[in-house]
Amino acid sequence: MKLPHHNCRQVTALVLAGLDRELGFIERWKIRLHMKICSVCPRFLRQVALMREAVPRWRAYQQRSD
Amino acid sequence: MSEFATAVQALRPQLMRFARAQLRNDAWAEDAVSETVLAALSKPQAFAGQSQLKTWLVGILKHKLVDQIRRHAREVSATTDEDTEDIDGLLFKDNGAWREAPAEWGDPEATLGQREFFEVLEVCVEQLPGVQGRLFMMREWLELETVEICKELNITATNAWVLLHRARLRLQMCLQERWFGKRPATS
Repeated sequence: MKLPHHNCRQVTALVLAGLDRELGFIERWKIRLHMKICSVCPRFLRQVALMREAVPRWRAYQQRSD
Repeated sequence: MSEFATAVQALRPQLMRFARAQLRNDAWAEDAVSETVLAALSKPQAFAGQSQLKTWLVGILKHKLVDQIRRHAREVSATTDEDTEDIDGLLFKDNGAWREAPAEWGDPEATLGQREFFEVLEVCVEQLPGVQGRLFMMREWLELETVEICKELNITATNAWVLLHRARLRLQMCLQERWFGKRPATS
């Protein structure tokens, strides 16, 4: 059986989709597999994590009394 | 005016700033802030100094912002996505590979501890095209679930996902250009 090949664009789309909806088992598996064989997408994953964390921190920062 | 009322009024400009960033409409922002101030002044006993006044007011404002979005849902969702740029095409080649590999952004804590970073983030969010920006703020700043956003704006889930996908990629590009691309990685 030929393994389905997933390119960086498709995996990026899945990573972003995971922020707004529950991913299925196969989708999660595709991401994990790609992250093992791709040298640059893990960096995108870390960028996404940082952006996700940034907004609550931005809000907290705005709410601090000056 | 009581000391409490003075303190509340003093925070009005800051509340306006949040409201404008969120609603992208001055009149709606003004309404949301006025309702927030009115609600606060009508029940000062609810504050009782248990938290920072600003935190308490922003808590009320969040509800008022959702009210405004609900009230103007038709106008908000009627604005079609004017963003015709092919974001995926800017980032990826036809075969799906990155045109330019994503950069290492380094230790998040080092970045999120800097005041200037949030100023850049604010500029980047402001630069998102109208609907994308609103949707992004509803999702991330107001922390609404996609289902709620779709219900409020009467758009399909697929539509919301496409817009959020584009918003997040735009944000990534903007932060890379305006912040990370200008600094050496911190780790």
